[in-house]
Amino acid sequence: MSGKKAVLEIKGLRTQFFLREGVVTALDGIDLTIYENESVGIVGETGCGKSMTAYSILRLVPHPGRITAGSIRYKGIELTTLDQDRMRSVRGTKISMIFQDASTALDPVFTVGDQLGEVISLHQRVYDKKALQKKVIEALMLVRIAAPEKVITMYPHELSGGMKQRVMIALALSCSPSMLIADEPTTALDVTIQGQILKLLKALVAKTGSSMMLITHNLGIVAETCDRICVMYAGRIVEDAETFELFERPSHPYTVGLLSAFPKLGVKQAELPVIRGTVPNLMKPFKGCSFVDRCDKAMEVCAHKRPPRVEVSPGHFVSCHLWSGGERPGGT
Amino acid sequence: MADLVAYILRKVILAIPVVLLATLIVFLMLFMTGDPINVLSPPHASVEQLDALREKYGLNEPVYVQYGLFLWQLLHGDLGVSVGFFTRDLEVGDLIADRLPRTLELMAIGLTISYSIGIPLGIFSALRHNSLGDRSVMVFTLLAYAMPSFWLGILFMWLFAVELSWLPIEGTTGGFASIILPAMTLGIGNAALTTRMMRSSMLEVIRQDYITQLRSRGLPEREIIYKHAVKNAILPVITVIGLDIGWFVAGSVVVETVFSWPGIGRLITDSISNADFPVVRGCILVLALFVIAGNLVADILYAYVDPRVRLG
Repeated sequence: MSGKKAVLEIKGLRTQFFLREGVVTALDGIDLTIYENESVGIVGETGCGKSMTAYSILRLVPHPGRITAGSIRYKGIELTTLDQDRMRSVRGTKISMIFQDASTALDPVFTVGDQLGEVISLHQRVYDKKALQKKVIEALMLVRIAAPEKVITMYPHELSGGMKQRVMIALALSCSPSMLIADEPTTALDVTIQGQILKLLKALVAKTGSSMMLITHNLGIVAETCDRICVMYAGRIVEDAETFELFERPSHPYTVGLLSAFPKLGVKQAELPVIRGTVPNLMKPFKGCSFVDRCDKAMEVCAHKRPPRVEVSPGHFVSCHLWSGGERPGGT
Repeated sequence: MADLVAYILRKVILAIPVVLLATLIVFLMLFMTGDPINVLSPPHASVEQLDALREKYGLNEPVYVQYGLFLWQLLHGDLGVSVGFFTRDLEVGDLIADRLPRTLELMAIGLTISYSIGIPLGIFSALRHNSLGDRSVMVFTLLAYAMPSFWLGILFMWLFAVELSWLPIEGTTGGFASIILPAMTLGIGNAALTTRMMRSSMLEVIRQDYITQLRSRGLPEREIIYKHAVKNAILPVITVIGLDIGWFVAGSVVVETVFSWPGIGRLITDSISNADFPVVRGCILVLALFVIAGNLVADILYAYVDPRVRLG
């Protein structure tokens, strides 16, 4: 990986929410690098900070949250301190995002053509009506929407779920960003459409040469789509490895639990194993490992000291005290 | 657009039974105070005179025949004749036609004032949620809404007409200047309501996914707020335009009395004190039709702005 150019470099990112009841640390020191032409999957349970990572990158963290520490660099440009105007020119053209539920993420009172046209005319400075319409139709054709001339006059509620998500992808890709963030792009769709949309995304990313960050809680999706996987837990990245490596040699106890809770084809199991307990309260800062209460292999040190990020094999990083010594512990 | 036309047609057809119901209620009003001949006849009338009057007003016919006759006359624009002391035997239709434009202009300006204050103020408040500005606006709306309009009218008169002498105190002799105070009195309570509705609707809209999505495309904040958010947030305000018109009709009765404004509202109060039943009935019918028409317009406007409504 070292030979590749990094598109996005995140170091020690911390995003916190300042509520009346206390401070919630949604992201607690995220380190993540995404290289050119790479697809990285971010997996984890609901509320572990996957989406918040995406919002932090685009600096769209909702009030009362804000980024309190760390740095996010896009091709060397520091995004956390960029002024609003220049940040706006990054959004959409350099880094773009696909939202989870296209039915709530499209403006219901404007037509598809209006919404696409608005973004294209803003970033590509196309003001001529005819030329703009041509561009809008091209964008829709790219995401393989049938009869785009008809679709541009339609409102979001007149489209099916899959069509809406295609429009969303067209919106995200309309200004050829070099970094695409897809936040659970298929969660709101049924399984057959999920497959289509993923295939389309994969093809488009390959075609345009952009990098992709795919956020999901579905391990099957990342296995199929991504080159590398980051496992998140309670606002931290606990394991980061190439897809094959991660499925072959999961090293963090949480990843191990996650993978064994995933049903396998051909293997008969009366009951799927589960990870005991629930996600910790993010309002209480923890000194040690965030997984300690649910971990079967927890040791004395886990509760007191935050586990360092260790490279267990080239490109495979784990944050766990079991690995602090540097060697593989027995019995994983 | 074809679906919009279909929607309008459907709404117009649905309004017909409502209009019929309104005429029925107005017709039955005559019977609410006992034998209608008592209201229609002068005091101390003899039995023969009463019979003659019954004959004249068709009150000796069965009720459904009377209603049919009432509808038939309505279709010909005939609302009957006044029985008031000063206006005896004048056509009710003429009396109303004389007053209606005055009320309409009062309501039009009142509505304009109420929306041109309420909508911008609501947006302002929502964008500065929980700031000092927002809180001041909320206090103002509470005061404006809680103030009875007759009291507010008198306050305005005292301040702008008596103390400052900027505007005429009442009547219509001052031209456009004389409509300002009554229209403000009429509009300000509704402005407060509109402000609150616009504010809460705006607060909800700016938290929606599609607003974040628009931000993620790098659109200027100005465009996100004034084009996308406002168009979505104004929908609930449009739905209640119909109700607002009803509110204004009721308010105009009070305001016209306070400001001696020669509109329908005052015609109603005057006719009530003169026991001029046909005029009261005619006025109420006209206002009811007006409210129905206002609701129809609001429905159409709503469907125009929000394409989702056209399907329902």
